[in-house]
Order: sequence, then structure tokens, then C-alpha cells
Amino acid sequence: MKADVTLDCFGLLCPMPIIETGKKIKELNSGQVLEVLATDEGIKSDMPAWCKTTGNECLGVEEHDGEFRAYVKKAS
Amino acid sequence: MEKEKFHIVVMSGDMDKVLAAFILATTSASMGMDVTMFFTFWGLNVLRKKKITSGKNILQKLMNFMNRGGADRLPLSKFNMLGMGPVMMKVLMKQSKVPGISEFIKTAKDLGVKFVACTTTFSFMGFEKDDFIEGVDSYAGAATFLAGARESKMSYFI
Repeated sequence: MKADVTLDCFGLLCPMPIIETGKKIKELNSGQVLEVLATDEGIKSDMPAWCKTTGNECLGVEEHDGEFRAYVKKAS
Repeated sequence: MEKEKFHIVVMSGDMDKVLAAFILATTSASMGMDVTMFFTFWGLNVLRKKKITSGKNILQKLMNFMNRGGADRLPLSKFNMLGMGPVMMKVLMKQSKVPGISEFIKTAKDLGVKFVACTTTFSFMGFEKDDFIEGVDSYAGAATFLAGARESKMSYFI
């Protein structure tokens, strides 16, 4: 998946990937996609939950060899 | 649109419980909620500066000498072992890049979390405003918390 901005949260545990996502998303324009790299498995459930509450769109969370890539499209 | 409100009472001064309170406070703030943390009793230790003691009379001074304040020196609710437990826990947390309470205080302030300190504990322990860190937004009592909690979708007591 193509992203406009990538945020590296490798090695960070809950809730830091979400907190960092919340900070980073403010820098994006609406419609842009943020890619969040993480190793904490909680992100599989946490990112969709965060998006549902904040109104941003979770485009999916991919998993490869214990690494997670979450994609968030900023709402307008 | 008005933000959803979340009120948390932080009564505990134990590092583990305070950590849970801050994880929920910072995460809910990053989810767009309007978060207030109301610190009372042992919880006030989180907001106290590191001082040898404070208080106005001898009993308060003695109590506050034993009940040391400062976000970095909170005890654990279990396995405190005269302070060895928190030291080990801090090493474990650092190894996993989990922020300590001081860092969580900073993150919470950056995210606009409001800190309220309980005036009752404040008074009977003989504290002064100078005993507390800068991030305290206001000093208030039970009615302030309850009025806020009434309007909140969630309110927790930790």
C-alpha cells in the first residue's frame, strides 16, 4: 500500500504507537495516508479502534514476520 | 462538535496504578477526548516536587517526610521491597521503551490533559502550591469532579 508519510514505531509498546499516530496525523492533510510501522501486536486491534473513535479511516493492518504496517487515511 | 469527556480519579500513589491511569488518559486524549485527571490522597504524590519534606506543623512534616513525593519515586503496589521493586521495574520498562511516569506527565500535558489537585488532601497534609509541579491546572474539590463526571461518558477511579 502506498503512503504519504511513514511513522516508525518499531520497538514501542502500547500505547505509544497510538499516541505517536495521534501526534503525527495532525501534520497530514485530509486524504493523505499515514503508514505506521510497529512490532507491538496490539496495533492490529488498537489502530482500527483508534480510527473508529477519531473518524479517520483504517485502510488495514498488514503483518509480516512479526512486523506490522498499519495504514490510516486522514479524515477531512 | 463538543468533545466527549473522560474523568479519572487518581487516588493511588503506586507507580503501577498511576501508570495505568496515564496510559488511559493519554490514549483517550489522542482519541480526541477531553480528559481530566483528579489527583487526591496518595495520588497527589505524582504531582509533588522532589523535596525532603513539606507541611506546616511537625506532624505534617513527619508524614510528608515518610510519604515522599515525586513522580520518579512512587512505590509499587506489590513487591516494593524497600524500593528495589520500582528500580527493577523501571529497568524492565526502559528495556521495552515504556515511558516512565514523568514522561507520561509531559505527554499528557502536550495532549491537553487537565490536572486537578484535591484541596482537602492539600490542606490537611499542609502542602503549598510551591510543593507541586507546574502542570497542575486547578485546585478543586469533590463537587468539581462529580459535576465533570456527570457530563462524562466514562469516569474511572484508580
